[in-house]
Amino acid sequence: MANTFELISSTVVGSGGAASIDFTSIPSTYTDLAVALSLRTNNDPDGGSYGICAISINGSTANLTQRRLQGSGSAASSFSFSNAQFPVDGSANTASTFANGSVYFPNYAGSANKSFSIDNVMEQNGTTTYMALIAGLWSQTAAINQLTFSAVSGLFVQYSSAYLYGIKNS
Amino acid sequence: MANPTKIIIDCSTGVESIIELTDAEVAELAYQAELAAEKKAEEEAQAEAAAIAKAALLEKLGITADEAKLLLA
Repeated sequence: MANTFELISSTVVGSGGAASIDFTSIPSTYTDLAVALSLRTNNDPDGGSYGICAISINGSTANLTQRRLQGSGSAASSFSFSNAQFPVDGSANTASTFANGSVYFPNYAGSANKSFSIDNVMEQNGTTTYMALIAGLWSQTAAINQLTFSAVSGLFVQYSSAYLYGIKNS
Repeated sequence: MANPTKIIIDCSTGVESIIELTDAEVAELAYQAELAAEKKAEEEAQAEAAAIAKAALLEKLGITADEAKLLLA
């Protein structure tokens, strides 16, 4: 059981917005990685009802798959995708609200393929808002040394934030 | 017009840099947006198909949605 969290790095998006948040040169000295996210984009892909965040690992979106269980407030659904994308607040959602999520990478520096989980909820003053629980897999054996969170359309708006923690099991 | 920027945090030094995206990176973002739009369309189609199937089943059973909830409670 992991029992120590240590902040590795963090950032809060400034007034100009940012297309992505990129943690590079992540040390391999921890057991697990956890990322706490508060995100909102200034656009919605395809004019939809939310924004989308995409995760890249070691600079690539390849070899990523996910199984997603999602609720909208009125219906539950499940999906399988060849990516690590998840819904966040976008321009169609209540002003100044942000999605709240966490991403967890156990054994990120090991030699096996890397599983991860995403637990994310949107915030919205309305009847429809999405929450997603995602089981993800990066089918690569390299240690994770870079994590990138990108707004799939538009930019992450000011005050979006990301906190990267390293966790040791001793 | 300038390209959007990205934030890079070097975890080994703690140095944060704000860098303008290259044209190639802007093109990749556009590609990812297309994929996301396709995914969203797929999600909506699945949700619509499920709603239609549910309505058809309720009609076949001759009960309302509320009555179905009562049965499953």
